[in-house]
Amino acid sequence: MLLNQFLLLGAFLFATGVYGVVTRRNSVLVLMSVELMLAAVNVNLVAFSASLHSVAGQTFALFVLTIAAAEVGVGLAMILLIYRNLHSSDLDDVDVLKG
Amino acid sequence: MIAENVAFGIIAAAMAFGAVGVVRTQNVVHAALFLVVVLAGSAAQYILLGAEFVAWVQVLVYIGAVIVLFLFGIMLTRAPMHPTEPMDNNLRFWALLPSGLLAIVLGGLLIDAFGRDKIHLDAPTPNVAITNSIFRVYLVPFEVVGVLLLAALIGAVVLARKD
Repeated sequence: MLLNQFLLLGAFLFATGVYGVVTRRNSVLVLMSVELMLAAVNVNLVAFSASLHSVAGQTFALFVLTIAAAEVGVGLAMILLIYRNLHSSDLDDVDVLKG
Repeated sequence: MIAENVAFGIIAAAMAFGAVGVVRTQNVVHAALFLVVVLAGSAAQYILLGAEFVAWVQVLVYIGAVIVLFLFGIMLTRAPMHPTEPMDNNLRFWALLPSGLLAIVLGGLLIDAFGRDKIHLDAPTPNVAITNSIFRVYLVPFEVVGVLLLAALIGAVVLARKD
């Protein structure tokens, strides 16, 4: 197996995630795109871990996984709060600070 | 050697399909299910790379917990199942520009830097090695992550509570 095939897959996933974050209107879908980018980072970390014969990459992947879980929890709580106040989960409606 | 590459190709194709589905589908629940395809695919890639522990943690935490959390979020915010207006804004070009540029630049850079470097796997990583890494080398970060999880837990409860 080539190292690059995993890295290129990760790059594609990350780019797709960026596209989703910019183009999606529903806040839950934006959070899913962020999750896509985190998955891409994890693929890279584990690929380098296998390539360099070091466990550090896998440990880092586990840390990223934990942070991602915490991020989703807090993020969904914030989305819920926005929904309760604005009766919409559409990010275009969150424009209170717009001049 | 060839079997591994064939497996990689099939899983990578499924992951790419799922990733495009996550950002393109007009149904919110379908997006969550496409995300399951991507995450299960990356767990399969970890097994190909000999990282079994990370793969199973990925299955338990992501597919078991995070996706369920997403589905709860979709239901609690009453996201439209059959939306009358499109789920995307009209920034499609401005989204494609940075992401396409990122993919091209990053891809070229990776091909330039790592070329045809091979991964030589002798055996799957034993769990002992990972536990030693977490509880010896990275003990302090591990504890910090524990505190962070507690803070996130309390924060989420405080934010989402009705009063």
